[in-house]
Amino acid sequence: MKATINITLKSGVLDPQGKAIENALGQLNFSGVNSVRQGKLIEIDLSETDAAKAEASLTAMCEQLLANTVIENYDIQLDKSE
Amino acid sequence: MQAAVIVFPGSNCDRDVAVCLEAATGTPPLMAWHGDASLPDCDLIVLPGGFSYGDYLRCGSMAANSPIMREVVAQAHKGAAVLGICNGFQILTECGLLPGVLMQNTGLNFVCRDTRLTVSNAQNAFTHLYQQDEEIIIPVAHNEGNYFADESTLASLQEHQQIAFTYGAGDNPNGASLDIAGITDKSGKILGMMPHPERRAEAALGGEDGKRLFTGIVESLA
Repeated sequence: MKATINITLKSGVLDPQGKAIENALGQLNFSGVNSVRQGKLIEIDLSETDAAKAEASLTAMCEQLLANTVIENYDIQLDKSE
Repeated sequence: MQAAVIVFPGSNCDRDVAVCLEAATGTPPLMAWHGDASLPDCDLIVLPGGFSYGDYLRCGSMAANSPIMREVVAQAHKGAAVLGICNGFQILTECGLLPGVLMQNTGLNFVCRDTRLTVSNAQNAFTHLYQQDEEIIIPVAHNEGNYFADESTLASLQEHQQIAFTYGAGDNPNGASLDIAGITDKSGKILGMMPHPERRAEAALGGEDGKRLFTGIVESLA
């Protein structure tokens, strides 16, 4: 079973890289960009076939290693089509 | 007393800090590899600066989960003193021995220069040889030194005198909250700091402001 995990900075946490991208887009004359936040995307292929067990396992992975919950949120998307 | 330096793949200040520890204790410290699952009982454990595991995922996150760190955390809970410098500070926050997190510098640049520090708490096991509010010069060299924690954590750090070092007025190199350069746990025996005291610990390096940190903790543990 494949999973995609989006890790984003919590609102209120300053994102210097997002700010730099925002400024660069402005310099390229892309107008109407209100704000940019940069995050991480992690793809994981699991041997687990039970969605609930996979989700529990992925949540533990996020809490222990993949995200730092002091500053980051994580969102787990499971691809159940396989 | 037994001191140890943990060596991770990508550590690059391990031998510098070993020189400082040997000068303070009279004997070379134990150098322990990150993959070791056991560590002899230590009085002082140092997590050195560098780029452990190439800073992959987040600075310090891989190192915080390496086999030796289970042993380091267990010994810290039993009362061993722990010093984390730069990447070592990042590892201490990632493994939960210290609160907060070190984020990317707000200026987006790697900053490598001397900084003026104020000794905000000269009463803990590491800082007692400094004067309260003494100004010292210690160099920084980092890209992720921007200390961040939520408001209640920052208030708690202040309330319990856990802020050991702050950057001098106008000399904050990374945007850190409350100008924090180094913090301790509540006991004052676990210190994490972004500046490198081992890089200013003898006259040949331009100054000795960092030396008292090492002699101070060794005296405390004697």
